Amino acid sequence: MSNEIELIKDPGLPAHVHRSTDTDPKAAARAERQVAILFGLSAIGTLTLIYSYIFIKDDVFIFIPILGQTHLQQLGIGMGMAIALFCVGAGLIHWAKTLMPDEEVIAQRHEFRSEDEDRSEFIKTVKEGASAAGLGRRPLIKSSLGAALGLSALSPILLLRDLGPLPKDDLSKTSWKAGTRLVTDPGDRPLRPEDLEVGAVAQTLPEIASGEHRLLSDIGKDAVLLIRLRPEEFNLDAERLSWTHEGIIAFSKICSHMGCAVALYEQQTKHLLCPCHQSTFDVTRAAKVIFGPAARPLPQLAITVDAEGYLVAQAPFNEPVGPSFWERSS
Amino acid sequence: MTARERIAGNVAGYVDDRTGAAKWMKKNLTKVFPDHWSFLLGEICLYSFIILLLSGTFLTFWFDPSMREVVYDGSYEPLKGLEMSAAYASTLDISFEVRGGLLMRQIHHWAALIFMVGIVVHLLRVYFTGAFRKPREFNWIIGVGLLTLGIVEGFLGYSLPDDLLSGTGIRIAEAIIQALPLVGSYLAFFAFDGAFPGTSFIPRIYTVHVLLLPGIFLALITVHLMLVWYQKHTQFPGPGRTEKNVVGYPLMPVYMAKAGGFFFIVFGVTAFLGAVAYINPIWLYGPYTPGQISAGSQPDWYMGWLDGLVRMAPPIETHAFGHTISWNILIPGLILPGIMFTGLALYPFIESWATGDKREHHLLDRPRNTPNRTAIGVMALTFTLVSLINGGNDIIATTFHLTINQMMWFSRIAIIVLPPIAFVITKRLCLSLQRADRDLVLHGRETGRLVRMPSGEFVEVHEPISPEKAWLLTSHEQLAPLELPEHDASGVRRAGSIKNKIRNRVSRAAAVAVPKATETERRELEGHH
Repeated sequence: MSNEIELIKDPGLPAHVHRSTDTDPKAAARAERQVAILFGLSAIGTLTLIYSYIFIKDDVFIFIPILGQTHLQQLGIGMGMAIALFCVGAGLIHWAKTLMPDEEVIAQRHEFRSEDEDRSEFIKTVKEGASAAGLGRRPLIKSSLGAALGLSALSPILLLRDLGPLPKDDLSKTSWKAGTRLVTDPGDRPLRPEDLEVGAVAQTLPEIASGEHRLLSDIGKDAVLLIRLRPEEFNLDAERLSWTHEGIIAFSKICSHMGCAVALYEQQTKHLLCPCHQSTFDVTRAAKVIFGPAARPLPQLAITVDAEGYLVAQAPFNEPVGPSFWERSS
Repeated sequence: MTARERIAGNVAGYVDDRTGAAKWMKKNLTKVFPDHWSFLLGEICLYSFIILLLSGTFLTFWFDPSMREVVYDGSYEPLKGLEMSAAYASTLDISFEVRGGLLMRQIHHWAALIFMVGIVVHLLRVYFTGAFRKPREFNWIIGVGLLTLGIVEGFLGYSLPDDLLSGTGIRIAEAIIQALPLVGSYLAFFAFDGAFPGTSFIPRIYTVHVLLLPGIFLALITVHLMLVWYQKHTQFPGPGRTEKNVVGYPLMPVYMAKAGGFFFIVFGVTAFLGAVAYINPIWLYGPYTPGQISAGSQPDWYMGWLDGLVRMAPPIETHAFGHTISWNILIPGLILPGIMFTGLALYPFIESWATGDKREHHLLDRPRNTPNRTAIGVMALTFTLVSLINGGNDIIATTFHLTINQMMWFSRIAIIVLPPIAFVITKRLCLSLQRADRDLVLHGRETGRLVRMPSGEFVEVHEPISPEKAWLLTSHEQLAPLELPEHDASGVRRAGSIKNKIRNRVSRAAAVAVPKATETERRELEGHH
């Protein structure tokens, strides 16, 4: 049955159709001029670049629709470069398409598989080579070589050891201690409760001695957000409530998901939102996660006021701040 | 012989006297390349890589890869007097003090985006036309490697300026490292030389970005191109084109002119974008500090799908025996991408295992003629697109006045529901297109001309299609499903029968097709008319 079915036949490569530039000398001359014009435009582009680089002042801005206020020097250099390059390319391709031969050529392929004879010789050589080395017959060499090579892979790993210190308990600790004042960031001013109105938010850091330099690595763990609500708006257990002061509640600003700064506070809903992955925390319920990928609330810092009436930490954070890690116990 | 031809001849002779390359050069200068617009996609990647090398070298002359704190004293007023890293300050200097510096930065960034778009679209072309089949599996794997490294290289590149946005990206990368069970906090401390962000990270990724990865890129791209050269390019089916030949234009002069010209065009377009389209205006973001962030933090598009997966992950962590495992980070950040890229790299082997087809292929498939492969591709693409959309969920939500919750729930459901639907629809569409091809061959094309018959009936006149078109629509091969033995002669299950059963079933699914039109059928139909 299948022998009787006749398939549609390959009609072969269609006959070549000549372009007008192949048959008409005038068309060919026109194409040549077009190519030359494109190359000429490219030269104008380069001249624009040179002119812009040398003669356009650095402080000149012009208004261009869509682009808006535009730095003229950058624009001149860029457009000059774009025109110079694009026109060379367009010219080359136009040349190839109109004036170079466009008759399709057929080349033959060969199968990559070698002749059977060569192939069996090759396979034989490999087999003989493998058996001459005698790995299979000499298990002692095989296993000791494997062990040696495996062991030697340790050295590059070991040599990278000094890239950094061991973490120890660094991820679990912050600079906050009992009695550390909360100071504004930026500004380093200590805060009194009355500096914050109800509904206000402040970004704070632990106070450091004057002249001391704050490391970014410390800010990455110490950043704390203060939010003032009306005390009756809280929905907290007694312990957590005692960590607040006159409606002011303090949370680590470092997201418990991936460590971004949780900086978006929505006054109406009293939600904190992390702009990285949209984890949303409810301030009234001790930063409980109400949406998004974060699995833990933001750690809460217990605060109170010191003898001079400034806000201070009651105690250090009682859990590590920031994203999770293997050694974290809760 | 003109003077010019004589000079060309002398140059060729001079080279051959010193290298003996005449035979090799003769063969390769006349090498034939098939022509198709989609074969330019890989060229775009190559050219944007060259642009990246050139513009990147320019940037290194002024960029200071250091996290040493300096006080900014440049011409950009809003940041004057601010403490920042030398990396950020020198990036500002490139943007404002170096003539053409901002342009080069923008060309570099645009070229990186084009490089990645080029790789992805090139990969889709290779996938949907089956160009990855034997003997080109090695090149497929190298391509997947280049894609993966491209993502890493791009991420490191936009992290170098140490602005507020890129620092946030590094913070997220650190959290992924830190989330690794057992070794996470150690690896993070080694990578950052202590607690995040430390002062070593920028110089370290600088070395990786400008030396290590570009070196690996150069090596892989060289092998990639040599293999294309040696194996000869695939070609689309058509009249006169077979598995045994290549129909196209010779390298010299046509392809040299076209490919060389195309390089200048890609460079020109990139320069144009750099000149008129602002990208990554780092001076608006400010220097990085871990306590601050800008709303609408977005990675570049090729990282967006990964961020989208992380955003939609359910909030699951395991706390047991004093240890924490963050599934909400590990699954979207490492496990899913790992599965995706492994599957991508292994696809050629999976397909040949499923169809049992171990032959060489040099003629490309029209996607409709391989419904299963096309449907799998569209399914994977749908998955990635939903993740990518979710990676911009905040921007989409504010633009279209949706809530972020609506966006997130849409993505969480869509990422599970849409890919299978996409698979089914694509497969049906492919089969419908096959049916349309069959109709076209058997009944000819619709002319749009209506004729009234003596009986009053209206009919549309069909005209037979050209023999070339008929060949194009029927030249593909339709594979029969595998029939591997599941039982031995006495009806007992053989060893490996389950494997055979799975292969049989998969290959049956892969072989579903509308029978292509044949000459015999065409003749029979003519008899009826």
